[in-house]
Amino acid sequence: MAALYAQLLVGLINGSFYALLSLGLAVIFGMLNIINFAHGALYMMGAFCAYFVLSLTGLGYWWALIIAPIIVGIFGMVLERTMLKWLAGLDHLYGLLLTFGLALIIQGVFQNFFGSSGLPYAIPDELQGGMNLGFMYLPIYRGWVIIFSLVVCIATWFLIEKTRLGAYLRAATENPTLVRAFGINVPRMITLTYGLGVGLAALAGVLSAPINQVRPLMGENVIIVVFAVVVIGGMGSIMGSIVTGFALGVIEGLTKYFYPEASNTVVFVLMVLVLLVKPTGLTGRAA
Amino acid sequence: MTALTDDTLATTPGAMRDEMIVFAIMAVLLAAVPFTGIYPFFVMQALCFALLACAFNLLIGYGGLLSFGHAMFLGTGGYVTGHFLKVGAISLPYWPGMWFTIPFPPFSPEMAIIGGTAVSCLLAVITGYVSIRRQGIYFAMITLALSQLIYFIYLQAPFTHGEDGIQGIPQGKMLGFLDLSNTTVLYYVVLVGFLAGFLLIFRAINSPFGEVLKSIRENEQRAISLGYKTDHYKLLAFILSGTLAGFAGSLKVFVAQNASLTDVEVAMSGLIVLMTLVGGLGTVFGPVVGAFVIIAMQQYLAGFGQWVTVIQGVIFVACVLLFRRGLIGEIAHLLKRSL
Amino acid sequence: MKKSIASLLLGTALSLLAADVAFAQDKLDKVVKIGSLSDQSGLYADLGGPGSTLAAQMAVEDSGLTAKGWKIDVIAGDHQNKPDVGVNIARQWFDVDKVDVIVDVPNSGVALAVNNVVKEKNGVFLDSGAGTSDLTNAQCTPNTVHWSYDTYTLAHGTGTALTKAGGDTWFFVTADYAFGAALERDTTAAVTALGGKVLGGVKAPLSTSDFSSFLLQAQASKAKIIGLANAGADTTNAIKQAAEFGITQSGQKLAALLLFITDVHSLGLNVAKGLNFTETYYWDLNDGTRAFAKRFQERAKNHSMPTMVHAGVYASLIHYFKALEALGGNPHDGAKVVAKMKEIPTDDPLFGKGSIEPNGRTIHPAYLFEVKQPSESKGPWDYYKLVATIPASEAFTPLDKSTCPLLKK
Repeated sequence: MAALYAQLLVGLINGSFYALLSLGLAVIFGMLNIINFAHGALYMMGAFCAYFVLSLTGLGYWWALIIAPIIVGIFGMVLERTMLKWLAGLDHLYGLLLTFGLALIIQGVFQNFFGSSGLPYAIPDELQGGMNLGFMYLPIYRGWVIIFSLVVCIATWFLIEKTRLGAYLRAATENPTLVRAFGINVPRMITLTYGLGVGLAALAGVLSAPINQVRPLMGENVIIVVFAVVVIGGMGSIMGSIVTGFALGVIEGLTKYFYPEASNTVVFVLMVLVLLVKPTGLTGRAA
Repeated sequence: MTALTDDTLATTPGAMRDEMIVFAIMAVLLAAVPFTGIYPFFVMQALCFALLACAFNLLIGYGGLLSFGHAMFLGTGGYVTGHFLKVGAISLPYWPGMWFTIPFPPFSPEMAIIGGTAVSCLLAVITGYVSIRRQGIYFAMITLALSQLIYFIYLQAPFTHGEDGIQGIPQGKMLGFLDLSNTTVLYYVVLVGFLAGFLLIFRAINSPFGEVLKSIRENEQRAISLGYKTDHYKLLAFILSGTLAGFAGSLKVFVAQNASLTDVEVAMSGLIVLMTLVGGLGTVFGPVVGAFVIIAMQQYLAGFGQWVTVIQGVIFVACVLLFRRGLIGEIAHLLKRSL
Repeated sequence: MKKSIASLLLGTALSLLAADVAFAQDKLDKVVKIGSLSDQSGLYADLGGPGSTLAAQMAVEDSGLTAKGWKIDVIAGDHQNKPDVGVNIARQWFDVDKVDVIVDVPNSGVALAVNNVVKEKNGVFLDSGAGTSDLTNAQCTPNTVHWSYDTYTLAHGTGTALTKAGGDTWFFVTADYAFGAALERDTTAAVTALGGKVLGGVKAPLSTSDFSSFLLQAQASKAKIIGLANAGADTTNAIKQAAEFGITQSGQKLAALLLFITDVHSLGLNVAKGLNFTETYYWDLNDGTRAFAKRFQERAKNHSMPTMVHAGVYASLIHYFKALEALGGNPHDGAKVVAKMKEIPTDDPLFGKGSIEPNGRTIHPAYLFEVKQPSESKGPWDYYKLVATIPASEAFTPLDKSTCPLLKK
């Protein structure tokens, strides 16, 4: 029984990453109708940023949590301004292809300079050690991951769904012309939104650096699981992505306990099942 | 919303004649390869990928559906054919993790190819049924996720040997007398396979079926209002595309003599898209040219290590932003012909 | 029409001529091309990678053959831990680049695949990177010599020592590919031969970065020893995370079945102290090993010390050159050269005196090491203390137990 709880808790930790990443994806897709294939690469950049902030300036983890999302977010906004804008009137598939190509470039460049092995990033001193929960020994850092992602997810949801800025963002996606008529700078909103989504990815990267080591390919495989999460949760639904992200992490943990061989595939099998029953995902809107 | 293939020219009456001439030139050029100094192994690989890209192009160029999971067909064709050639036994799962094995001796090449292609067809039917419900980016995402599901299944399945792959696959004698371990014989067999697959696609495009597909791509609502069951046509196109991709995978196994996880990875699906994009989405010969370009690049730039990935990414971005018609598409546009 | 027939005939004639010329090459010459096929940028890049290319170059220089008029080239390739990539490179090297001998090849899956290609093309395969004992058992060929270590060595070194010291229940965390499986199999055999029990195991994909769920399963099994049947970055990640999850504190011992000095360097002595493992080369063992290490370190990336893989590349090539000199030149016939190598006993400053068995296995002593406590270390790279020397007869599969088809004559 203890083993089951332990795997569930590990699953919740993984779910935190899924939730944070799918949140970023959902924000970008919901607002911009772009599938951001580069999300995994940007997550990786966040982790590398944290590593460099530490090695070049000596500023530690807590600073990295703020600096890395800002730097990578700005990078994302530059990408949006220079490249994604060109594709505004075209088929959305072009956006997918463009971001896929960007991911290849970013990952390839990092791989060239850093190889495929990981660079170490230490757990910050304040979060070292662990707590004996009885059924397992939980490293404090991993507990922090769960709490922090929960807070960020809820804060983002609140920002988008309940504040005025969020209202402008949502309106700008649904009817850009009308919103522009109200005097709101729509292109700037779009750029900012992309920056926000990218920043969330980078934040997940910083969070993941002490656990997963800083590696150029760290985003590659997790991103496809996150795509599946977003498809299940409903593309464009913020709350859907958050809930599905955590839930799928837990389900994966359960599978690891009962039937480990299927733990990699359970997310995709669930996706197929959900699609057969409800093609728009659990909470998504039809597009 | 501009569709992905809006830039391709409509077929003019002289178009089919143009295309047949180019086809004949291509066939002769390829047939002459063993007499030049070009490394035949490289050309054979390029041919397999060219057929794969053509199969993919059938779906996007004429069906308007971008599949980001075609690697699953390549891999399935490869693994199944490789397994039949090396081991032969057929294992059917009757419970997750439990297999029921019918011991067969290793198959002959033609039976192995048929087996590999048949299993790919079956996979295409199942995955097509799930994916066709959606289109556009949703379709792409679903095919991506499905191919990742297949990847993980193959990672675990005992017959694929996971990370190690199926190695040392024997080439055997095709139809009893064509010794496939002779490079020249193998080359012509692969060439015939490629030309046959290509002609099949060509025939499908220029048939009533192809016309309906094109009309669905242009305006699906209109096609539905005209009484066509568009979902059926799209599913048929998906199955045809997947089966031929599996056939390409089967052929590739004879060339490489191994089947591995690389063939089922997302990167492979991306590579297929890149080949077709570079050559020209929706053109007839674009995928062939694109495949040769990309395979040549991988071969001759291999010394540059991971820069190859960066270069591929740059080509992707450049093609999407500036060069949407692709190589053949631009040439066709200049010459005002359909290629 | 006539033009194409003429060109066709001309082309055929020319190619036949070329083939004729190729046949005439069955004599000896003084041209050698060496291919160092390794993982240049992934999880095994530090234990093999560019260091192996350097070791190969050092072997060429030390052999003195270039001064005697030989033309020897060393090229490097990156197999990216993928068997199909490795096979493609190997095939191209033999077909197009006229490579004679392939060295290094860490990653047993790639090594087994390349093994097939080398046999087909009658080249020479001197593997010092991969671990699987299959290379000299079921998969042995007349073209392959397996250097440095194999999974039998590791199993009978570390596995035996730890079981004898009281660790009689084991749980394996295995890298899910040929090497991990071979290491788990051989270690299980060694443990059970001494009366120990294997309580279970879990397979982790190659290049896993987060071992938490696997380690938790290991913890739940309550086995006394958690055997890490993996290598490189997989091992170091597992060790670090085991410390994080308090597994080592609560009484279970970690057995790093394959550990290299580069791994200890990246872990740091604080984390790695006390680990027991088996290696066949350590830079600080004797004067011979020290001399080589000093020269290697000067030229190596990040000034790292040579691992037993690098040492194996060097030693295998030195011996290869001896065989070529004995033959009077390079016959470009792999099986012939390897047969000659098996006739001559091996002797180099790195591994000492040894020999090559008929199944392609090099025999020399192995060593059981323990990682020093931080207080015991006098400086960087001073990490190991010698616990025991394992004689050659115990360190490798005895010939009568070997399943190599070549032996059955």
